[in-house]
Amino acid sequence: MLTTRRRFVKKMLALSGYALGLGFSKISLANWIADNFSRQTFSQSITQLFPNQELQKSDRISLKLPRTAENGSVVPITISSTIPDVDTIYILSEKNPVPLIAQFSIDPDLETYLGARFKMQETCDVIVVLKAKDQYYQTRQKVKVTLGGCGG
Amino acid sequence: MSTIKIRSKRFAAYTLVRTLIAHPMETGHNKNDATGELIPAHFIQTLTFKHNGKVLSQCQMGYGVSKNPFFSFKIKSAKAGDKVSISWQDNLAYSDTLEHIIP
Repeated sequence: MLTTRRRFVKKMLALSGYALGLGFSKISLANWIADNFSRQTFSQSITQLFPNQELQKSDRISLKLPRTAENGSVVPITISSTIPDVDTIYILSEKNPVPLIAQFSIDPDLETYLGARFKMQETCDVIVVLKAKDQYYQTRQKVKVTLGGCGG
Repeated sequence: MSTIKIRSKRFAAYTLVRTLIAHPMETGHNKNDATGELIPAHFIQTLTFKHNGKVLSQCQMGYGVSKNPFFSFKIKSAKAGDKVSISWQDNLAYSDTLEHIIP
C-alpha cells in the first residue's frame, strides 16, 4: 500500500476523532441530567423520562418494600426481576417533590437485582420501571408513610 | 478515612456486593434548627460500580436517596481476589473512590 504523509495525517485525524467520540460518549453516560431530577409532578416526570413510551405493567418484577414505613427518610427497597436483558432500572416515588429517586444502568454481568434506601414525602405508590430491549416494564406498590422523610 | 464501605459475599450463583456511603444527602429545602437558615443542597449525583475495571452499573440519583446511601448489587460471576470499586461524585464536586478485594 502506498503510504504518503498526507494519507498518514488523514488516518491520524480519523483515529483521534474516533477516540474523541469514545471519550465523549463515556462522559455523557456519567453526566447527571438535571431535568430528570427537577422539582416536578409525577406525570411531568414520566413524560420527561419516557417520552412517547408505553410502560407495560409486568408481574415479573418483584419488589421488597415495607407496607408501612415508620420513617419516610429511610425506606428500604429490593428489586429483582426475571425479565431478560434489563439494561436500566428507574425508581420513582409518586408524591415526592422530585419523583425520580435514582436510575441505574445494569450490565449483562449483573443480575437484575438492586437494593437501595430512599426517602418518601408521604403515603403514595412507589413505581419501578425496567428497560429491556427498548421496552419499558413497570410495577408499583403502595407504601404508607407515618412520618414524612423529605424534611429529615 | 474513606466515606465508602464495601462488603461482599460469594454465593454459589452470584456475589453480593453491598456498599454504604457516609454522605448527608441534603435536599436544600431543610432549615438549620438553630439559625433558621436553609441548609444548602448537598447530595451525590453519580455513582459508578466497577468489577475488575469494567463498569457494571452507572447510577444517577437525586436527593430522594436517603442520607448515608446504601446500595447492593449481585455480580453473576466473580472470584476470590477480584477487585470491585465504588466511586461517587456530588453536586459540590466532592468525590471519593474505594477499591475492595472480594474475599
